[in-house]
Amino acid sequence: MELFTNQVLAGIATGAIYACMALAVVMIYQAIDHLNFAQGEMAMFSTFISWQLMQWGVPYWAAFILTLALSFVAGIAIERILFKPLAKAPVLTNVAGFIALFAIINSSAGLIWDFTIKQYPTPFGSAPFLGSQLISTHQAGMIGVTVLLLLGLYFFFQYTRIGLAMRAAASVPESARLVGINTSWMIALGWGMATAIGAIAGMLIAPVVFLEPNMMGGVLIYGFAAAVLGGLTSPFGAVVGGFLVGIFENLAGTYIPGVGNELKLPIALALIISVLVVKPAGLFGRHIVKRV
Amino acid sequence: MTTLLNVKDLRAYYGQVQALHGLSFSLNEGSLTTLLGANGAGKTTTLRAICNMVRSTGAIEFEGKPLSNRSTESIVRFGIAHVPQGRGTFTTMTVEENLQLGAITRKDSAGIVSDIERMYAHFPVLKQRHTQQAGTLSGGEQQMLAVARALMLRPRLMLLDEPSFGLAPLVVRDLFGILGKINREDRVSILVVEQNAQLALELADQAYVIETGRIVMSGNAKDIANNEEIRKSYLGY
Repeated sequence: MELFTNQVLAGIATGAIYACMALAVVMIYQAIDHLNFAQGEMAMFSTFISWQLMQWGVPYWAAFILTLALSFVAGIAIERILFKPLAKAPVLTNVAGFIALFAIINSSAGLIWDFTIKQYPTPFGSAPFLGSQLISTHQAGMIGVTVLLLLGLYFFFQYTRIGLAMRAAASVPESARLVGINTSWMIALGWGMATAIGAIAGMLIAPVVFLEPNMMGGVLIYGFAAAVLGGLTSPFGAVVGGFLVGIFENLAGTYIPGVGNELKLPIALALIISVLVVKPAGLFGRHIVKRV
Repeated sequence: MTTLLNVKDLRAYYGQVQALHGLSFSLNEGSLTTLLGANGAGKTTTLRAICNMVRSTGAIEFEGKPLSNRSTESIVRFGIAHVPQGRGTFTTMTVEENLQLGAITRKDSAGIVSDIERMYAHFPVLKQRHTQQAGTLSGGEQQMLAVARALMLRPRLMLLDEPSFGLAPLVVRDLFGILGKINREDRVSILVVEQNAQLALELADQAYVIETGRIVMSGNAKDIANNEEIRKSYLGY
């Protein structure tokens, strides 16, 4: 029983990271109808920047905040420079753009910081959380930061005017322009926020997976699985999907014979395929109610 | 009477296809003007061109200021509220959020709150349903919501594209009654595009008839309604 509880809690902790990645993917998908394959690499690069800042002597939380700000600006810049010109281009052109971005960021990180694995600090420590052997303080910190982030985002989208404008721009762009919303900038803002959310995910998972240019590859696949499971049209679904995938991954690795650590990743891919076959809209994918 | 909107030699294009062929008309401050014509005559395109939602050439002036080459969202800030065909409802959001979106360019939060209450007084059904998803409203209710959302801008000019479309005749009467009231009491100038010519002419004071992208007739709404020849050849009733 203790093993089970332990695995579930650990699953929630990594699930928090998947939830962040899924949320970042869904935010961009909502804004421009494309999956950002480079989301993980962007998060990895942000994490390297925070690491670099710490190497230069900036304290953890200052580096954390500074990295969020830089990532936000970088996300907006990427949208303005690369994807705004592609807005009306065919799907495949956009896919090529995302793959190019993936390769550019991945190689640049390797070039600047090389491919050796680096230790990444945690501000929470790795002692048992509250004296319990079930979960470490870092895992608890991952869950805590994610919950705070989600609450903040919920508040932002539900109760601020700019959040309302962003939702409007994503759901019916033409109507949004007709009430005076600059939809183009709302998309850029979405990119900035998604990039910052990815940065949080990267900085929280880095102490677990260690810092290197390919650290987010697996994480992003879990994030995609989470987004597909929850429904690509539903930010809420993406978050729930993230936690579910985290728990499922751990339980499958522990209890299904022969899966172990090596086959965890294929399980995420199998999950994507199963969801697409059985329930393509995902668990919370929106069934838009319409009356004519 | 001062001219609020002046359109001169408007030509609009969908790709290679020209939809408007040098259309000119003007609209007086405080007036309720209707743009009539058959399917495909260019009524919707005219409204879309005013808001720069379609490629066009020619001069469009609002209160003497040129609107050409401005983005749709910046034209809204001049006080032009456009209710598009199909109503443009944010169907996944609540009724109240739709109203707030109508006022998204305004800065006076107290005024917005009181205007939402004013809309609920105009359209009591919206108050009953204010937390409901807008997509679940009936067609008539959605049209009320669209008009209310446009009014939340406190517009100088409201552009309405086929407000009667798909609505029961009784609901249309209701809606047109409210439009007349808004025009008289709130001093909002209205340009309404309609296929239901009879009803539109009853409501409007000024009318233009479009055929294949050109104005073919203009004048006082009553005169046009009483002129049997025009009615038979252009308006089909």
